[in-house]
Amino acid sequence: MKYEAVIGLEVHAELSTKSKIFCACSTQFGAPINTHTCPVCTGMPGALPVLNREVVHYAAKMGLATGCTVNRLCKSDRKNYFYPDLPKAYQISQFDVPICENGEVFFYVDGEKKSCRLERIHFEEDAGKLLHDEIDGTVVDFNRCGVPLIEMVTRPDLHSSAEAKEFLEMIKTTLSYLDICDCKMEEGSIRCDINVSIRPEGSNELGTRVEMKNVNTFSGAVRAIDYEIARQIDVVEHGGTIQQETRRWDDVKLKNTVMRTKEDAQDYRYFPDPDLIAVEIDDEWMQKIESEIPELPISRYERYLNEYGMTAMEARQLMDSFAKATMLDQAAASGKIKPKAAANWILSDVSKYLNDKGVELEQTKLTAQKLVDLIVLIDGGTISGAAGKKVLTQLFETDETAEQIVERLGLKQVSDEGAILAIVQDVLAKNEKAVADFKAGKNVTGFLVGQCMKASRGQGNPQIINKLLAQELAKL
Amino acid sequence: MELFQKTAAELSELLEKKEISAVELTQDVLARTKAVDGTVGAYITVSEESALAQAEAVDRKRAAGESLSALAGIPVAIKDNICTKGTRTTCASKMLHNFVPPYNATVVDKLAAHDVVMTGKVNMDEFAMGSSCENSAMQLTRNPHNPDRVPGGSSGGSAAVVAAGEVPLALGSDTGGSIRQPASFCGVVGLKPTYGAVSRYGLIAFASSLDQIGPFARTIEDTAMLLDAITGYDPAHDSTSVQTPFEGSVRANLNPDMKGKKIGLPKEYFGAGISDEVKKAVLAAADQYKAMGAEVFEISLPLVDYALPVYYILSSAEASSNLARFDGVKYGYRTPNAGDDLIDLYVKSRSEGFGEEVQRRIMLGTYVLSSGYYDAYYKKARAAQRKIKAEFAGAFEQCDLILTPVAPTTAYEIGSKTTDPLEMYAGDICTVSVNIAGLPGLVQPCGFDANQMPIGMQLIGRPFGEQTLLNAGLAFEQASGLKNRIAAL
Repeated sequence: MKYEAVIGLEVHAELSTKSKIFCACSTQFGAPINTHTCPVCTGMPGALPVLNREVVHYAAKMGLATGCTVNRLCKSDRKNYFYPDLPKAYQISQFDVPICENGEVFFYVDGEKKSCRLERIHFEEDAGKLLHDEIDGTVVDFNRCGVPLIEMVTRPDLHSSAEAKEFLEMIKTTLSYLDICDCKMEEGSIRCDINVSIRPEGSNELGTRVEMKNVNTFSGAVRAIDYEIARQIDVVEHGGTIQQETRRWDDVKLKNTVMRTKEDAQDYRYFPDPDLIAVEIDDEWMQKIESEIPELPISRYERYLNEYGMTAMEARQLMDSFAKATMLDQAAASGKIKPKAAANWILSDVSKYLNDKGVELEQTKLTAQKLVDLIVLIDGGTISGAAGKKVLTQLFETDETAEQIVERLGLKQVSDEGAILAIVQDVLAKNEKAVADFKAGKNVTGFLVGQCMKASRGQGNPQIINKLLAQELAKL
Repeated sequence: MELFQKTAAELSELLEKKEISAVELTQDVLARTKAVDGTVGAYITVSEESALAQAEAVDRKRAAGESLSALAGIPVAIKDNICTKGTRTTCASKMLHNFVPPYNATVVDKLAAHDVVMTGKVNMDEFAMGSSCENSAMQLTRNPHNPDRVPGGSSGGSAAVVAAGEVPLALGSDTGGSIRQPASFCGVVGLKPTYGAVSRYGLIAFASSLDQIGPFARTIEDTAMLLDAITGYDPAHDSTSVQTPFEGSVRANLNPDMKGKKIGLPKEYFGAGISDEVKKAVLAAADQYKAMGAEVFEISLPLVDYALPVYYILSSAEASSNLARFDGVKYGYRTPNAGDDLIDLYVKSRSEGFGEEVQRRIMLGTYVLSSGYYDAYYKKARAAQRKIKAEFAGAFEQCDLILTPVAPTTAYEIGSKTTDPLEMYAGDICTVSVNIAGLPGLVQPCGFDANQMPIGMQLIGRPFGEQTLLNAGLAFEQASGLKNRIAAL
């Protein structure tokens, strides 16, 4: 029998607010243990939470970007459970009224447009981290405790690991476009739990689902989903039934094991947190949030494909980087250049420079204006393409304009036919052997062009050199 | 008259005129504590050294001509569920027997800014759960007016320490009557402010939506003095705190004129279960008000019948979550009897660290929040709470103040009610509605029973009606002369 997988995700993203969700402690990653802590985030008796309004702002932003309805009155609830990384023994989260509901995320899988509905987005606090040590035993680091998270819960709309991966990539790209998450996977900025079930192909019923935890990378998600689908098919094919349970993914051993079964399911005893009053997003605040939503990645992607004539690969590479795509759009908006030309520069030489130096585009001095100027200089024949590459490396590092750099480095291309003719004639006079070879029917054009370029110290316009050289040789 | 017998207002004047020093005053009240606290048992921790150091600092400031608060140099005792940086804060529980907070409650910072001398931490029912102070895991506190009787609770230590003349002022907390009932039992003044008027930051939570810190004193004026020092909007630390209309100005605006004031007597609060002596004393107070020109009439608040179950559901639900953090991991008591098993550590630490009443409330609260029971108990109690609030709002359209008894009886004998928790809970009938509705409630002495034990009366006001409450309290205090009575010990 053929099976169809049904997959739903719960994606947690750490928000990049400066301070934690309920206190003024820093959210910065990597500080010495228990240095970004206070009575509030360590759950000291008597300490009280005060909601960081930036968290509401960021969460609502993500909701708007994913087509959700935003609930204007944000209440908080307590999720009660015991664990040493949870100092209050409850997590402040949102239960029955999440800040955002009923959204949809669009993405492409192998050129085909797909979508996955979002059931909800809610905000909550992260827990601390247990550090196991052979000498000291287990130590709790509360630095991460109270770092704000949004949890995005999908409907079971995904059907393969490839779809799940593209959905996750689109979530990550959207978070980076909104500038609300630093998206550093290695620091655990985005994590997900995965629900998987299978059903006979063509069936509309949902099978028993298994939840998988401890998935920390998107490629790990692909492996975990593929493994779980295969495991479930194997169980069913061997006459077994799928148990509703939670399994832990091990990305080293490439398998999952049972964490808890349905019988161990916890009762979190959610109830409204009496320490927090509901925060209302008024019209003015809502308008501010709306005004901060940029053109979404999928829209850019489709524009690059359909209007700029780019390949899917090019469009995707540009979409993935908010900074690069924004530079492209700004350059195109100048009207002075072909968007494709700017895209080529950004995807080749600009990207290579950034990779080699290990820096982000925003950290360099290159601007869309400078890039436009550079392309205009090349298009107009003022400098050669090769000289353009030299100019570009300077544009990253100096405040000079492209013209100033061309001037400083003496890169201006000589296109004056009289001056170039003199060079050509001089080269022919000095290279008797080549001229003799030419007369004997040998192809010496490349050599002679090279000599002319050399004589012009690289500044001769190669097209004009070619043209005049052909003309002079023809006279021989 | 000895210094310890004087009111805070009188002492403030003497200090200001430099007729006494803060050090002399502090030494005097500490000597009183040495003399009587062996009997009363109010203090868990006496901060002798730091109190004297604070007093010296105040004297230096005064000598240097600094302008000081009226409370500068006045000794104040603090209930042991309010966090004091560097001073052990136990909640009268084995669970926190060794807990030294790394931070101050907002009210403690405020008192420090007023240069108050903090004399120490006083006893209470464990985690503020109880009405007699008998649930303290630390010690027994006795009623200064009769050491065989309870001081009331949960702020029994705060009431007793003021009644015994060990300090003129103390802070307590009130979740269902925990300031008002002990004030009544000990014959002192106690005020539960409107919910939100005083920051809860640093008050170790029992039931977050009901808890409120408030003052104890032996006169209305002293109560106003302490109230003025502790109220204040605290948006950085407590989301439920609010800006009050009277911040810092109640004492200055005290006005005992009762002419035209409307006082409602809810008939349901004078029904069966309330002792005749208590009823008689409170109704006599109503007559006093009439004589002062107030309009006094009967009103009806029938929902009081639901107040106890609503209170015990909501407060226990919140407590079960608030007290979950005491798990043996981070601070407080950790069982020596657990092996490597985490669940074992939790179960044993909590079973050994919490007393019986606290465990009872945690179980009750866990039950009412459980899946399948939430709607029937917690949600229904919340709905009933809204109705009770609305009923009070309706009553306050007819009257400015509501006058009721505080407790069914005067202070009872130690050990007489400890076997039946339900009987103990029933004693809260007159006070819990005030917390459920978030209103301010003032208790002050209004007479004595046949055994010369104090009887208190309760005035309930509109939200943020503290000024009106204390004005009425002052009027009665002046008419009755019942004030600043220190137990003969």
